[in-house]
Amino acid sequence: MRVRVTAVSALFLGVLIAILVGGAAQAGGVRAASGNPADLTEAAAPKCPREKIASKDDVIQIVGQLSDTRTDPCTPVSGVKISVEDAENGEVIGEATTGEDGTFVVPLPGAAIDNLGRTVTVKIDEGSLPKGSVLTDPSDVENTKRIVIEGNISFTFPIGPDPSPPTPVWQRVIQLLVTGLIFSSMLALGALGLSMIFGTTGLTNFAHGELVTFGALVAFAFDAGVGLPVLVAGVLAVVVSGAFGYAQDAALWRPLRRRGTGLIAMMIVTIGLSIFLRSLYQYFAGSDNHNYSQYATVEPFSVGPVDVTPKELLVTLLAVVVLVAVTQALQRTRMGKATRAVADNPALASASGINVERVISVVWIGGTALAGLSGFLLGMTQGFDFQLGFKILLLIFAAVILGGLGTIWGAIVGSVVVGVFIELSTLVIPSELKFAGALAVLIVVMLFRPQGMLGRAERVG
Amino acid sequence: MDIANQLTLALEQAFGPSAIIICLAAIGLNVHFGYTGLLNFGQAGFMAVAGYGVASIVSTWGFSFWLGLLVGLALTVVLALLLGIPTLRLRADYLAIVTIAAAEIIRFVVGASSLRGYFGGQDGLQQYTGSFFALNPYSSQMGGLGLSWSKADFWIMTVGWGLVVLFSLMIFLLMRSPWGRVLKGIREDEDAVRSLGKNVYAYKMQSLVIGGVIGGFAGFVSGLYQSVQPTNFATDITFFAYTVLLLGGAARVLGPLAGAVIFWFLISFLDNFFSAATSGDNPLIPTALMSHQQASLMRFVFLGVALMLLMIYRPQGIFGDRRELAIDGR
Repeated sequence: MRVRVTAVSALFLGVLIAILVGGAAQAGGVRAASGNPADLTEAAAPKCPREKIASKDDVIQIVGQLSDTRTDPCTPVSGVKISVEDAENGEVIGEATTGEDGTFVVPLPGAAIDNLGRTVTVKIDEGSLPKGSVLTDPSDVENTKRIVIEGNISFTFPIGPDPSPPTPVWQRVIQLLVTGLIFSSMLALGALGLSMIFGTTGLTNFAHGELVTFGALVAFAFDAGVGLPVLVAGVLAVVVSGAFGYAQDAALWRPLRRRGTGLIAMMIVTIGLSIFLRSLYQYFAGSDNHNYSQYATVEPFSVGPVDVTPKELLVTLLAVVVLVAVTQALQRTRMGKATRAVADNPALASASGINVERVISVVWIGGTALAGLSGFLLGMTQGFDFQLGFKILLLIFAAVILGGLGTIWGAIVGSVVVGVFIELSTLVIPSELKFAGALAVLIVVMLFRPQGMLGRAERVG
Repeated sequence: MDIANQLTLALEQAFGPSAIIICLAAIGLNVHFGYTGLLNFGQAGFMAVAGYGVASIVSTWGFSFWLGLLVGLALTVVLALLLGIPTLRLRADYLAIVTIAAAEIIRFVVGASSLRGYFGGQDGLQQYTGSFFALNPYSSQMGGLGLSWSKADFWIMTVGWGLVVLFSLMIFLLMRSPWGRVLKGIREDEDAVRSLGKNVYAYKMQSLVIGGVIGGFAGFVSGLYQSVQPTNFATDITFFAYTVLLLGGAARVLGPLAGAVIFWFLISFLDNFFSAATSGDNPLIPTALMSHQQASLMRFVFLGVALMLLMIYRPQGIFGDRRELAIDGR
């Protein structure tokens, strides 16, 4: 019975995902890969100066502008043929060719009042576009509007690069793999912190994303506020994050553990803390996207088919070194062994002479410092705002659960899987849905292997 | 500063459509969390499938509004089944993370610009509610006791509070039936109930479906009041609904109702207060301390702190019974 239910639901989910992917691919076409690891912030669109086209009294004019968005600011596109048709009977009302400034004007015959309520279709002759360029949105070829106001009816046609010649698939796969791994290394820092805290205290911390943001913001305060070099600010941010972790445990979580507050109650407390901290961040840092004063723009260099920036290499290297150091410390040092003992069985650890509260305190310091480092590095590579951590919180959860909740290596393996999957999935789904894809994988894994990839098979329900 | 006027505005909000949306969502969560002990963190997802169900049936496919309501409800049932099958056998925190992930997936998908043709992208879908407002019996502003609402809002309120009363009555009857006692038993000790021969999984699934459908009605009202947009179904909505539930008292029939009215009264009063205190030439709070923009965040700062303090010091809320609330659900 149980097997059948699982199989049926798996089929269900599979069909759902297939429909979603199919629909998305059909509607959007396959999007080009973005070079930025998990770009949380949209790239700024190039500025397109809008030509002002004077309206005439008592005549409705169909106006518009063609601009090439490949350059910043845009360049106007001239010599493109435009025709305006009546949408109801297909009769051609007027034709025009874009001028030097990329604009076209088609006055509708007759008085303005007669044309109100008509529906017109503006068609663009794709053959007359300059070589090597296409409409950014292919559906712009025909554009239908109902005339409801007097004056100019305005259409815009953004023009972008012709997708050909396409990059070979293998080259895109390698590029995506690299960007995925870069993002994974930062994700793993956050995931390891979350997993350590969960392992020792059992707390599912929904405020962990805010601890990630904390690191980015503190580094920003030292960088922009105090004026220290960015790398020094980053080191200080990690130290302050650790102190924040200690303070949080001492002031909030330890008293709650003493009172015997349940884990579910504590989980809801973390939600309150998350809302509180996030609002405070927005209060002090505003809603804008910030960048550190140094290393904001770095020219990428090409290694074979792959573009990487030296900054990304440095960030990844740093993250990997820290990850290796932390896992080795957990495996070999006395404190690390004590931590794993507490994670295994707090009562037994306590009975064998381990100071459990001290271990938990150290774990909070370490976990928050790792989260802070993750935030600082994410801020280095892609900028940040007050929601930086909140946006990747679910990815952190997905990584931790995929790898196995509470296991150390699981958090890292899970992060690599999530990070790489997010980037590679953009080969088939629109990149705006790549986070949704990773979360869907999380749900599917829950069906078949709820303990995660490296978790021990035990009852989790 | 005109305190009396601010109190009036806050009261109008406390009984207005926004309070109804959060109240219905919290009634659904009460079935999940209060009575069954299920940690559903994806109530916003249930609201979204219902809201988008009706909106896209009308705007995208051109069918009738009433058929859309049915489709929306059917979709919430399907979502509950899809979520329940993988997670109801697992620990509470797994259900929490899977439901929150599902809600975010739904929000990403309906907000995707590549699916704009179906769901309207980030702008969402508007102007599909004609059939509902065609039935509006009110022809002018309504109100009394110094409070007033527009005729559209008052029509939403009439139907909305009607739904709240209906569902509260339904919950009251369900929870004193043998079926409801099994649910509470599952919340207290799942294994004990299982040893009595009850199919715990099936009961949990029924609870998830019923609470999800009530959450779906919250999505309908949200769509009627503000048009369906991805931002109206963000994760925060679920957390606000939890705050409302815990404020009023979980596992109490009238808990969500009291919670919603008090919550919206306080939230909108704080908003109005800080907005007024930071505007004008000579604001009460110096601009150096708090700008007008920062003032709008103060309510969320208070909300976060209130949720923490509530959970720590009074997890049963205002009207709840501490013995009733096995906060360590599964």
